[in-house]
Amino acid sequence: MRFSFTPEQDEFRTSLRRALEARSPTKEVRRLMATEQGFDREGWKKLNQEMGLTAVHIPEAYGGAGFGCGELGIVLEEMGRSLLCAPFFSTAVLAATAILNAGTEEQKKALLPKIASGDVTATFAFSEDSGLNDAASVATTAIASGGSYKLDGTKSFVLDGHTADLIVVLARKPGSKGEEGLSFFTVDGTAAGLERRLLKTMDETRKLARLTFKGVEAKLLGAEGKAAAPFAKTLQQVIVCLANEMVGGAERLREDALAYVQMRMQFGRALASFQTMKHKAADMLVDVELAKSAAYYAAAALDESDPEVPMLASLAKASASEAYLQTAIHAVQMHGGIGFTWDNDTHLWFKRAKSSEILFGDANQHRETMMQNWGAGT
Amino acid sequence: MSDIMESDLTEEQARADVRAWLKANWDPELSLLEWRNKLVESGWGAPHYPKEWHGRGLPVKFNTPIDDEFAKVGAITVARAGIRTLAAATILDHGTDFHKQKFLRRILTGEDTWCQLFSEPGSGSDMAGAVTRADKKGNKWVINGQKVWTTSAHKAHWGLLLARANWDAVKHKGLAYFVLDMKQPGVQVHPLRQMNGHASFNQVFFTDAEVEPEMMICDVGDGWTVATTTLMHERRGADGLRTWAQASNRKGRIYEEEKAEIATTMEPYKWYPQRAGRVDLVMKRAKETGKIADPVVRQEIAKLLIMSKSAEWTARRARAAQNQGKPQGPEGSLGKLASSHVARQAARVHTYITGADALLSGADSPMEGVIAEILVSVPATSIAGGTDEIQRNIISERVLKMPKEPSVDTTKPFKDVPRNITAKA
Ligand SMILES: Cc1cc2nc3c(=O)[nH]c(=O)nc-3n(C[C@H](O)[C@H](O)[C@H](O)COP(=O)(O)OP(=O)(O)OC[C@H]3O[C@@H](n4cnc5c(N)ncnc54)[C@H](O)[C@@H]3O)c2cc1C
Repeated sequence: MRFSFTPEQDEFRTSLRRALEARSPTKEVRRLMATEQGFDREGWKKLNQEMGLTAVHIPEAYGGAGFGCGELGIVLEEMGRSLLCAPFFSTAVLAATAILNAGTEEQKKALLPKIASGDVTATFAFSEDSGLNDAASVATTAIASGGSYKLDGTKSFVLDGHTADLIVVLARKPGSKGEEGLSFFTVDGTAAGLERRLLKTMDETRKLARLTFKGVEAKLLGAEGKAAAPFAKTLQQVIVCLANEMVGGAERLREDALAYVQMRMQFGRALASFQTMKHKAADMLVDVELAKSAAYYAAAALDESDPEVPMLASLAKASASEAYLQTAIHAVQMHGGIGFTWDNDTHLWFKRAKSSEILFGDANQHRETMMQNWGAGT
Repeated sequence: MSDIMESDLTEEQARADVRAWLKANWDPELSLLEWRNKLVESGWGAPHYPKEWHGRGLPVKFNTPIDDEFAKVGAITVARAGIRTLAAATILDHGTDFHKQKFLRRILTGEDTWCQLFSEPGSGSDMAGAVTRADKKGNKWVINGQKVWTTSAHKAHWGLLLARANWDAVKHKGLAYFVLDMKQPGVQVHPLRQMNGHASFNQVFFTDAEVEPEMMICDVGDGWTVATTTLMHERRGADGLRTWAQASNRKGRIYEEEKAEIATTMEPYKWYPQRAGRVDLVMKRAKETGKIADPVVRQEIAKLLIMSKSAEWTARRARAAQNQGKPQGPEGSLGKLASSHVARQAARVHTYITGADALLSGADSPMEGVIAEILVSVPATSIAGGTDEIQRNIISERVLKMPKEPSVDTTKPFKDVPRNITAKA
């Protein structure tokens, strides 16, 4: 399964690609990215429910379709390809994964069906103003009060944090340090004391928000003080998902740049007939295919609970970071002047490449993580 | 190979079958030849070959599990390394029953060694520009001209020869493909010293060398098509999944004979693992030298491991698609180029890890010279079997369907095409 897709998976990809081509042409991407919400609630709900997207990897016991990361990876790759503007990554990948890893049986039964059905959008807030992704840098505090908790602090770089109905928050017991004292909480998006501000982002297709918590009412998710392990696991799954999304975008950029040089004439011949273009195109193909192999392999490893997942996840993210950005740089160059314009679509993916390169850790960070975990499974 | 038989056998059954066969037959006190003849007769030596030609007609995907069963009991395989496998693949695709009868068995047993007589002083990347002549005189083909960079020619019994038999035809249509007997007076072999000090490739001179007419594969004019098959198998084998036989320390007559084979017939290939970069040594060396603690070196090692792992997985994707009967996707054409990237990055990393000791060579260099040999052998990877530039041309034209370069050489009779001046042309 690590090296090929089944006929059913191929078929699923084809119908999803067709649906996304129809619903998310770049004209629609441009319209939505310019809105504050960043997506169209009704349109997304309809597409989501038709294709069962947020249900894909949620187990059937919680109202999902019960597929694995292989299928989730396909959804993400196709979304990366079409730059769909929708709170899918935040809801299905970030929040649902955190809930699956941390929640009690009862909590999963309460929270996940609404996510699977597309009635609730959600996100997971862990990074703070430093932008770091590690447990130790969490400073937001949670104080027990009565049967619930009160959160104080700031979360930043929260994907779709300004629109999510449900927010999973990572916070700590006051006075605790490092990986100790961390817990997950759930917060209602409209809770009193929660201030949500949309951040202005370089990549407008991916909305980020800064959330300020002032005594915000929260419910504990999972075991108190035991969030470090499920958080680490969640992050690994998240970066594998992101890597799969990224290779979808990279492939689209590669194909578009190729189509452009095939069509554009200079010196009486197609640009594609110049060897420097041909060699660049061949190199882009190598970069993208290798990154795809790493992303697919990591997704399959997740499905098989391979002990090497911590290494493989970082390998896939580092690989995708380099390949996507390099492809984007080549793609702009191959377009010439028009590639630098707002009207040409290349910059939409260029910016997604840049934002994805950094999101949840850049290539340097993940190469280091990979090295720390090399051979851990053997 | 076109004549693979469909089989309903599952992998588990194939494993069980070969395990039972090995249990009954494997004996390290046999001679190498006796053992390989048994393999050939049973079909377990090349299970993906057709049943009538020493195989079992099994899908290629079973080769890995079957090899695995061999490795478990320490059983030796048929002869596989070197040009002989390309010869076998080409003969299976294009040869007649006469060729299959004459050559396949002795290829598998290792009795015959082969070489590939394609490149010439005037034509390397432009392989179809060969000017070695094949002239029909009486009942024989007579060969005159020169080949170069011919690996293992000094060991070979047979050569796969590309020569020009028709000078009035256009470039790609005037070539013929022969199996040439290397052990004849008209063939002279002169070893060439390489930048890594080894002399595994050669100059080969033909002065009225002779070839029987039945030793031509296909017809005059088809030489290019047949050569393309050979090259395709060569490049597919360059995807990083290839391994080289290593002498075993086990006790037994057959292991002694294998050791001798590796030291003699296979001698030209002894540096080949090094030219791929020896990624397998990197972590061990980084730990031994303490360089594993250097954050810059760690980044470079990680880049290498990412590249080599994902190149391996890409090759496996290509193989999986092939096994599923899907049309070949782009992933199948990238292996050779990817392995050049891996080799180059590996040499860079070995240098960082080795530090000042990388200045040394031979016995003074780490691992008895293995590290030094990596550094000076890696450049072969991006040249041999088609350069990186040619791979990029192939990928862009065949896979990405980009236009060919404007051509000045493919439409007129070859005799009128401008070319390098060579001594014997
Ligand atoms: C270790 C080793 C073993 C070998 N073994 C064998 C063997 O067993 N049998 C055999 O027949 N040959 C063998 N070769 C030869 C090998 O196939 C050729 O060296 C290779 O194909 C390049 O040809 P060339 O040396 O003539 O270089 P050239 O073709 O002259 O190339 C010189 C440079 O020009 C570039 N170039 C050429 N054409 C183009 C183009 N169209 N566009 C852009 N750049 C171009 C090349 O990429 C290269 O960088 C071996 C070579 C090596 C290094």
